[in-house]
Amino acid sequence: MTALAARRLEVRFGRARAVDGVELEIGSGEIVALVGESGCGKTTLARALLGLVKPTAGSVEHLSRPLGYARREMRGFRRRVQLVLQDPTGSLNPRHTVYEAVAEGLRIHGIHDREEERVADALAKAGMRPPERFFLRYPHELSGGQRQRVVIAGALVLEPSVLVADEPVSSLDASVRGEILALLLRLRDQLGLSVLVVTHDLGLAWNIADRVAVMYLGRIVESGATADVLLNPRHPYTKALLSVVPEVSRMAPVVLRGETPDPSRIPAGCRFRPRCPLYASGLPAEVAARCETEPLPVLPAELGHHAACHALTP
Amino acid sequence: MSLLELKGLSVTYAGNVPAVRGVDLSVAPGEVLGIAGESGCGKSTITSAVLRLLPKSAKVGGQVLLDGEDVYGMSFGRLRAMRWAEASIVFQGALHSLNAVQTIGKQIAEPILLHEKVSRQAAERRVGELLEQVGLPARRAKDYPHQLSGGQRQRVMIALALACRPRLVIADEPTTALDVMVQAQVLDLLSGLVRELGLALIMISHDLSVLGAVCDRVAVMYAGQIVEEGPAKDIFDDSRHPYSAALAGAFPRVGDELFRYAPRGLPGDPPYPSDLPSGCAFHPRCPVALDRCAETEVSLADLGEGRSSACLRACEEDLDLRGAS
Ligand SMILES: Nc1ncnc2c1ncn2[C@@H]1O[C@H](COP(=O)(O)OP(=O)(O)OP(=O)(O)O)[C@@H](O)[C@H]1O
Ligand SMILES: Nc1ncnc2c1ncn2[C@@H]1O[C@H](COP(=O)(O)OP(=O)(O)OP(=O)(O)O)[C@@H](O)[C@H]1O
Ligand code: SF4
Ligand code: SF4
Ligand SMILES: [Mg+2]
Ligand SMILES: [Mg+2]
Repeated sequence: MTALAARRLEVRFGRARAVDGVELEIGSGEIVALVGESGCGKTTLARALLGLVKPTAGSVEHLSRPLGYARREMRGFRRRVQLVLQDPTGSLNPRHTVYEAVAEGLRIHGIHDREEERVADALAKAGMRPPERFFLRYPHELSGGQRQRVVIAGALVLEPSVLVADEPVSSLDASVRGEILALLLRLRDQLGLSVLVVTHDLGLAWNIADRVAVMYLGRIVESGATADVLLNPRHPYTKALLSVVPEVSRMAPVVLRGETPDPSRIPAGCRFRPRCPLYASGLPAEVAARCETEPLPVLPAELGHHAACHALTP
Repeated sequence: MSLLELKGLSVTYAGNVPAVRGVDLSVAPGEVLGIAGESGCGKSTITSAVLRLLPKSAKVGGQVLLDGEDVYGMSFGRLRAMRWAEASIVFQGALHSLNAVQTIGKQIAEPILLHEKVSRQAAERRVGELLEQVGLPARRAKDYPHQLSGGQRQRVMIALALACRPRLVIADEPTTALDVMVQAQVLDLLSGLVRELGLALIMISHDLSVLGAVCDRVAVMYAGQIVEEGPAKDIFDDSRHPYSAALAGAFPRVGDELFRYAPRGLPGDPPYPSDLPSGCAFHPRCPVALDRCAETEVSLADLGEGRSSACLRACEEDLDLRGAS
């Protein structure tokens, strides 16, 4: 059963095609990592999956049914699919206690029964034990890792089935990263939670994800089981990304020039061509011609290892 | 001959906060030294101490020698000249500190005009050269900060640090806010500058994997002290201190089965400087601590082959520093 899916999803901001036709599925109890450079559209796709931005085309599916944007439907959906943001310091109000921070979601959703019990339960699930000891603490009295746990407890209190975590550890010290990632794994194992982690850190994907989807300029260019994508990358972009991970010293680094190009000016043909090392190194004329003129296909969401590149599909 | 030498440097902030406690370090021209450690271990404090930028209330002990000259014995005039022309800093988080209403060209030209007796045209020419050196077209001098991406702004910060041709550059977390590809670009740039200009570079980062990729030597700090120092690759692949081992282990190596579905970290928090544990300051979090670790003062000991470690158990063969658990 798919917990959450994007179907030919598009999000445009004026002329910018931030998300430009994406098929993606997050199975129930599955951890999927969405990776790619800054500006490639990861957060926009995540926000669309959360119902926070309405797609300009395509749709979001929740439990295999198209998501409706009417108020009542949204309300139920927002409980089931929760967001965890990057910077715990920014997402916690410094004047709210831990208890208030976690209870906020319940109050917004009009859930008034057993409040204290629910808050304690969520904190305990997030690894803050015994929870009562943390109720009256303020964010500045917590470590970075504990703050991020409070943010996660704030999401868990609504008993969601899906978590969307946007760079959940990138602002944390190396030493506390591990405990937060271990927590996400444990929540999946114990509660059967589905998780979409948005990140530019491939090591994180290797650490916890079952599947990886690589995004470039609004499209998924490669997807598959984590070991397939990260150990046998097929797309030249995935290969370049992997080669610059500092700890992967066995590959010669392919440092791509320039930064993610502008989504309001997506190149014709293959959108990666202006930076593609494979194209630059010289391809047979008929393949090169396709790189220049033929847009890449939208990859299917089905399981299996897929890559969108003309050099791979003669 | 080292360009910068710290001898027993200590810094105590007002309120009896010993943020740096007896640090010895040196860096030579053409060399890249990395400093690693968790938030609050004293990395930026060292940076500020080198250029005498600490608040007046902070007490500084030991010596900072720049080309053999004691920075704390310099007159203010000499100090001002030294700050740009001999040593400069790419400050932590400076990405956001560029002046929003001035072109980047003007901002880079400012220290040149202030410190070198050159015409405005000559300064502008130099700005163009500097921008190209950091991989930006000279015409971007006319841009305002908001017209640049994060990676481009970090390049501008590096150009600014190079403005008066210093021989020592300290880069404090230069890639932390950047994504992998842009981070690789900035690291490439910095290594290139070291090679071409013979700079001495000190790279500060909490990310040991970044330092492992570009540094010649790395010093790992914990609670204001260096706990391990040695060739970058050794520190990352074959740590001789449980703390460095934990830091190195916190970065998953793609492809290494040990890390698959097994994120690792280091439980607990680093101590606050005014409330340090007795003995080895790391003992409350150390997975292989012995009883005597809480009682014995530990200091950096030479292990040979350019390596040193401050751990009572550093010399034990076959010790699994990550703990058996
Ligand atoms: N509200 C908006 N209005 C206009 N453009 C937007 C808006 N939100 C995002 N964009 C643009 O859409 C593109 C994708 O942005 P998005 O934030 O999704 O990227 P990202 O992959 O999450 O990047 P990062 O890793 O830096 O967080 C960018 O070019 C961005 O400038
Ligand atoms: N002006 C100050 N007054 C008092 N204490 C200070 C001052 N500046 C820093 N400290 C303390 O000194 C210690 C070292 O701080 P420093 O900024 O050097 O750490 P850091 O290693 O650079 O950390 P980060 O990785 O977060 O940048 C910290 O405990 C900090 O709270
Ligand atoms: S389609 Fe062509 S340009 Fe695009 S990634 Fe493949 S080889 Fe490179
Ligand atoms: S001295 Fe003891 S507590 Fe300190 S790092 Fe070594 S084994 Fe651990
Ligand atoms: Mg984002
Ligand atoms: Mg710092």
